[in-house]
Amino acid sequence: MVEFFLPANSRINRNGRVFPAPAGAKNVRTFKIYRFDPDSGENPRIDSYSLDMDDCGPMVLDALIKIKNEVDSTLTFRRSCREGICGSCAMNIGGSNGLACITACDSVRGDVSIYPLPHMPVIKDLVPDLTDFYAQYASIKPWLQTRTPPPPDRERLQTKEDQERVDRPSACILCACCSASCPSYWWNSDRYLGPAVLLAAYRWIVDSRDEATGERLDQLEDPFRLYRCHTIMNCTKDCPKDLNPAKAIGAIKQLMLERQV
Amino acid sequence: MSLRSPLGRVLGLGSAREGVTHWWAQRVGAVALVPLCLWLVLSLAALGSLDHEAVVGFLRQPLNTLLALLLVLAGAHHSYLGVEVVIEDYVHAPAAKITGLVLSRLAHMLAAAAGVFALLRIAFGNHFS
Repeated sequence: MVEFFLPANSRINRNGRVFPAPAGAKNVRTFKIYRFDPDSGENPRIDSYSLDMDDCGPMVLDALIKIKNEVDSTLTFRRSCREGICGSCAMNIGGSNGLACITACDSVRGDVSIYPLPHMPVIKDLVPDLTDFYAQYASIKPWLQTRTPPPPDRERLQTKEDQERVDRPSACILCACCSASCPSYWWNSDRYLGPAVLLAAYRWIVDSRDEATGERLDQLEDPFRLYRCHTIMNCTKDCPKDLNPAKAIGAIKQLMLERQV
Repeated sequence: MSLRSPLGRVLGLGSAREGVTHWWAQRVGAVALVPLCLWLVLSLAALGSLDHEAVVGFLRQPLNTLLALLLVLAGAHHSYLGVEVVIEDYVHAPAAKITGLVLSRLAHMLAAAAGVFALLRIAFGNHFS
């Protein structure tokens, strides 16, 4: 049946540990961060860290790194490039999914709440388990498929217009912000591919060099894989790279129709 | 606990190769329902009196019967498609899902049949003349 209740150990203890701001701090902001340690057997809790923002970088990732370095080294999160191109630090900040490294603390009003990506299994603290997300990406065969052999002396050519059609969708960094913001993906992520993977599928469907368009559409034509998208548009709202997965999904649905009528 | 690979799990039973028809029917139905609903609301508003005789007299006119039949059929079909999606979205236990889908289909067929029957009775019956 419909699941109205969360599993027993997922109830969040709102009164976690409190780390006050250093004495003499004038510009203080509080970060309320989701903590979960699978080894302790305890329920998740919200820890509260107050930082002196005069002594901290502007981005949420700066604050997280400061907390880990100077306040509480047990805080666990993923990060790498700190410039919005690796997608590692995707998390839920102030109620919206985004990359901690390019989300300014000032863009959130009041206390900054930080949670892992919604509705993903949590490995520890802010680190979600993206195994199934990556498997879904692999399932759409995200590589060029052709029957015509490549020209012996050069790469496969593409017109400028054709390249422009794959240019934006190719900019996806697979951070999973969009998929983890999609209610349809929350309820049916075992069968619905989600906006990120459908955007990737679209990227290969519209690639003029690809010769497996029909097979790709065949694989997507499914009440769950594709048609669980109800055009909620959270994906497009949350994409930190300003891409438009909702539009790509709409375009896939149009192509599905085009080959039938 | 499953030892199946994540990719194997995701690929599952494969693609159903279906869904366009459902999606397209839902959109066509929605477009058809816009003028039909407007027609019904505006006509009833223009009728002035909404007592039984006035409405029955309105529905007995051939064009009105025809449009009302279309409204009942398109509405029931559109509603069935929508409820089906809602059940698939939220109900995951196989037995509850199948039961829900079957009951929903039967209920919509009943509603459509009752609507058609009522309209035909009004149009062709002489109980009200």
